[in-house]
Amino acid sequence: MRRVLLVALLLPAALALGAAAASPPSAAELEAELVCPVCETTLDQSNAPVAERMKAFIRERIAAGDSEQEIKDALVAEFGPGVLARPPEGGFGLLAWLLPLAALAGGGIAAILLVRAWSRRRGPLEPEPPLAPELERRVDEELARFEG
Amino acid sequence: MARRARLVGQGVAIGLVVLLLVLLAWSLVRSEGGDLAAAAARGERPRAPDFTLERLDREGELRLESLRGQVVVLNFWASWCIPCKEEAPYLERIWREHRERGVVVVGLDAKDFRRDARAFMRRYGLTFPIVYDGPGDTLSAYGVTGFPETFVLDPDGRVVEAFIGAIDTDPDRMRLRAALERALGR
Repeated sequence: MRRVLLVALLLPAALALGAAAASPPSAAELEAELVCPVCETTLDQSNAPVAERMKAFIRERIAAGDSEQEIKDALVAEFGPGVLARPPEGGFGLLAWLLPLAALAGGGIAAILLVRAWSRRRGPLEPEPPLAPELERRVDEELARFEG
Repeated sequence: MARRARLVGQGVAIGLVVLLLVLLAWSLVRSEGGDLAAAAARGERPRAPDFTLERLDREGELRLESLRGQVVVLNFWASWCIPCKEEAPYLERIWREHRERGVVVVGLDAKDFRRDARAFMRRYGLTFPIVYDGPGDTLSAYGVTGFPETFVLDPDGRVVEAFIGAIDTDPDRMRLRAALERALGR
């Protein structure tokens, strides 16, 4: 009984995974992930002649049964890695992902160091010096008048 | 400790400013290519940036420097560019008429599919050397912002004349022929 239950639970997920792996890539998704080399916007935002050629190429390759990665690789072989809207997550492209994180970490460390330096420079709070007797008397009079 | 932190902070800030200045200088040097056409128009002969690119008309690569001693008509084009279609037959004619005089026409196909470029070459019967720069890396070095653009180089690899747009009018064609004669030293 447990086995049947397990199969019933896992089967839809396995089928969904299988369907995703077998389904052809979506032209719309690819057009949003690839850049027109002339206008440098994503293909779905461009109607430049070369962008139209690239869209036709994508549809042609999808019809021929190529995977998303194969289509991207073919376009990179023609137009270079700049055709990818997202830089590759490896090699030199990894820099594009790591540099912002490094800059964020560096900025955070710099901010912490600066705050610590400022807080130390100011030192502990010293008590205010007492008011002059004449001034204290006038303040008392003004307060008494205000309250009375 | 506070003094050390301050020094580190100042060092980081100065380093960032220097880095930004270096990047600015680098981008200015890279965009210098845009001045090639202007310099040629002023009568100067700026050096044409070298490149080594894959050939589309045959196997192998072509290095611009290897053409030293010849006058080069370097034409930037793409198969999807409409004025390039109008200009291509004339460039073929220039190549056929002047190749015996030490003139070589070089087509540089950029931002294009190789197969589209080859179909274009067949359609217009182009027989001069054609190189391929899919990513268009050479365009910024020459300051090319659109297609077609053509540069006439003298035998020392210096730009004698630049044409922004198609060479498709009689005055442009006369200017090209005059530039060839100047480059040939006649």
